[in-house]
Amino acid sequence: MSNVVQLPRWIDVGVLPLLNLLLALVVSALLVLAIGENPVEVVEILLYGAFGYDEAWGYTLYYTTNFVFTGLSFAVAFHCGLFNIGAEGQAYVGGLGVTLAALYLDFLPFPLMLVVGMMAAAIFGAAWAYIPAYLQARRGSHIVITTIMFNFIASSLMVYLLVNVLRPQGSMTPESEQIAEHLRLPFIHDMAAAFGIDMASSPLNLSFVYAIAASILVWMFIWHTRWGYAIRTVGANAVAATYGGIDPGRYIIIAMMISGALASFMALNEVMGVQHRLLIDFTAGYGFVGIAVALMGRNHPFGIFLAALLFGMLYQGGAELSFEIPTISNDMVVVIQGLVILFTGAMEHMFRPRVTKIYTAWRLRRDRMEAA
Amino acid sequence: MHQMHGTGETGAVQPAIELRGIDKRFGAVHANKEIDLKVDKGTIHGIVGENGAGKSTLMSILYGFYQADGGTIHVDGKLCDIKGSEDAIAAGIGMVHQHFMLVETFSVLENVILGVEGGAVLRDGVDKARVELERLEREYSLDIDPDAIVGDLSVGLQQRVEILKALYRGAEILILDEPTGVLTPQEADHLFRILATLKEQGKTVVLITHKLREIMAATDNVSVMRQGAMVADRKTAQTSPEELSELMVGRRVLLRLEKGEANPGATVLQVNDLCVDNAQGVRKVKNASFTVRAGEIVGIAGVSGNGQSELLEALGGIRSASEGSVLLNDQDVTPGKGVDAAELRKRGVAHVPEDRHRMAMVTGFTAKEAAILGYEDDPAYNNSILLDWHAISKATANMMLEFDVRPDDPDLKAANFSGGNQQKLVLAREIMRDPELLLVGQPTRGVDIGAIEFIHKRIVAMRDAGKAVLLVSVELDEIMSLADRILVMCDGVIIGEVSAAEANERVLGLMMAGVDPNEAKAVEGQA
Repeated sequence: MSNVVQLPRWIDVGVLPLLNLLLALVVSALLVLAIGENPVEVVEILLYGAFGYDEAWGYTLYYTTNFVFTGLSFAVAFHCGLFNIGAEGQAYVGGLGVTLAALYLDFLPFPLMLVVGMMAAAIFGAAWAYIPAYLQARRGSHIVITTIMFNFIASSLMVYLLVNVLRPQGSMTPESEQIAEHLRLPFIHDMAAAFGIDMASSPLNLSFVYAIAASILVWMFIWHTRWGYAIRTVGANAVAATYGGIDPGRYIIIAMMISGALASFMALNEVMGVQHRLLIDFTAGYGFVGIAVALMGRNHPFGIFLAALLFGMLYQGGAELSFEIPTISNDMVVVIQGLVILFTGAMEHMFRPRVTKIYTAWRLRRDRMEAA
Repeated sequence: MHQMHGTGETGAVQPAIELRGIDKRFGAVHANKEIDLKVDKGTIHGIVGENGAGKSTLMSILYGFYQADGGTIHVDGKLCDIKGSEDAIAAGIGMVHQHFMLVETFSVLENVILGVEGGAVLRDGVDKARVELERLEREYSLDIDPDAIVGDLSVGLQQRVEILKALYRGAEILILDEPTGVLTPQEADHLFRILATLKEQGKTVVLITHKLREIMAATDNVSVMRQGAMVADRKTAQTSPEELSELMVGRRVLLRLEKGEANPGATVLQVNDLCVDNAQGVRKVKNASFTVRAGEIVGIAGVSGNGQSELLEALGGIRSASEGSVLLNDQDVTPGKGVDAAELRKRGVAHVPEDRHRMAMVTGFTAKEAAILGYEDDPAYNNSILLDWHAISKATANMMLEFDVRPDDPDLKAANFSGGNQQKLVLAREIMRDPELLLVGQPTRGVDIGAIEFIHKRIVAMRDAGKAVLLVSVELDEIMSLADRILVMCDGVIIGEVSAAEANERVLGLMMAGVDPNEAKAVEGQA
């Protein structure tokens, strides 16, 4: 007897995340009260900092770009039943790919570099994801363990490369040479200026457009191609996949490599778009936050985009907050972000039973009234 | 304890269980509608009904897993408020579940006292329990070594442990939920003898089953449920399987399938000395050799877990062969290197697997997504890059029309269809490909009677269309009514072959227990 009521989509993807978010904000407000500040004022500053002026918008969307890529990365692997916790390392190594392409192929014209840079990032990121994927698919090593270890390996490898190989002679900082000016992704404000539109300058660049395109492509891939179908089948029921002639191992590897490539596109934003060189630890935790973004967005590109926007807002508004209210330190902002991740990601099922109960009771009453 | 050898006609005696107006809804589903039920003391009372008729819900309410929305439960004439299984046990109700609730690594004794150990020091409880357990075993002739490890026992003996567990907790009323699903016919007969002993000792037994043969053989009274309502109470002696099945379905049903003579043609599938190992490297199929010809149904009978699942999965390309070979129309298709499920499908092998939820479909998918599993690469379902959902919807709607799948909504989640309709969708997906060879495992497991009739007809239609059919089922009735030739498997070995004409339950049952076919027939001759 099926006593599991299926919630309609608008509750599943709308009401539940909002409830979780609200709870995170309530707990945050209590914290703010505890250190003697006014929560209403804090929210005002947060929102103003994220959306209140042109430049803020640019920063918010720049952060959003990173979250979209890492969120999509997690989602693709998740649809295959894999918990890819290694976006951080994959993006980091992807950054190496972009940097090497830009430094050693600097004779290429910009339009070609757009493609080559993206491919270099994708190849490096996918290759880094390939090893754990292979180990999972063919040797049964758990992907969570291997990807988290590969984050550490990536980190050490990059430190070595930046200090010993990529560091220009005579420089004291562990970072690569600057990539040639003509190979950098244009800033949105520069692009707007070319059309005669005046925009405040911000790090927002062309990769934001990539992020939107990637969201659409991932959506098409997952739900409208046979490979996406195969990946979802493997993720939902690997035995059924084998029965259908879909080799789970093969699609585990494919899904992980796509996941790694998507994570590495974050490097397009950071390396080709903003920093213009390879910096140590440029991934700065975006890979991990991508997990929360994807879970909050129900692993759907549209949801991921909204969740990424929320986190972009928290990052940008949070920076403003710690600047405006000195008692709210940067650590406090991190705590608030952590609460949002905790409630929307890790504890996302907390309200589900209660909401299901309320919904069922409501529907029952409606059915009875209609019957009467 | 011996005062009442109930015949069920003593009006003055309070019934052991009386349910009055039990009502239960799950959301929009009305699972139990104002159910009244009287079970007389010292009788075996059968409850039959199709899947989803509400039998399990009713028993779960009686055992305290669910709370009824309305109605009352009376045990021995006293109103009982059963809020959990502890209350049920306190009222003297014991339950033997379809899937045993045993710790396999514990001994029989340890399993029996689990949860009623009595005190912090295990030793005292164990000693007392041993005495009590031995008394129970004597009283009900339930012989079993208290120190045997449960995992080493056969399924029939494990079931005995479950019964002992209930008796140890002082059960006067024993509910058995589909108890014979995992037993050989001989083990089932033994179980019914145990139930008869329990009855003699004054216990009351409620037997839930969908097998009418067992109802007729073992019960005193029978109640029939249909679509959540109790539709009839009968004395078993005064009813017939035909009447019961009609009551269950609500219309007349053909219990015995009418089919013409088989017209076997060329050999389609030839299996030579096939060996299959499971994931742990244990050999599950040992040197199986047989053929299936066009236009015949070959049935494989056996108690669940004797290698027939692995055999079917190997032939479907899901498991690799360790040794031996498989030929399809004289071409080598030995499962393993290069030959997987996808390759076999291309060569005209359709496979309806034994386990619908584990293997045949992804229950979280929509019906149209489920309808292309295994065929998602088909050009008819694809534009150059993207899946053609429009074409897939149309194909699914066609399948639903052809196989009477209800509701006929390709966008509904597979999980929201009833078992019978899920199975019809899977059959439609496989049969409508017009395969050369159809592999079918447990085609009617968890399927209601009306759908069983339909599914059996479609399988016979495949045969009559000149296709080869290999049928694996643990339901002997199904094998005997569908198959033209019957192979019996025991412990991975094909013990022997019986033609449908000379097959009967006793011979097959003995062979399923590993007795050589000639010997089995000899034993049958003496009987």
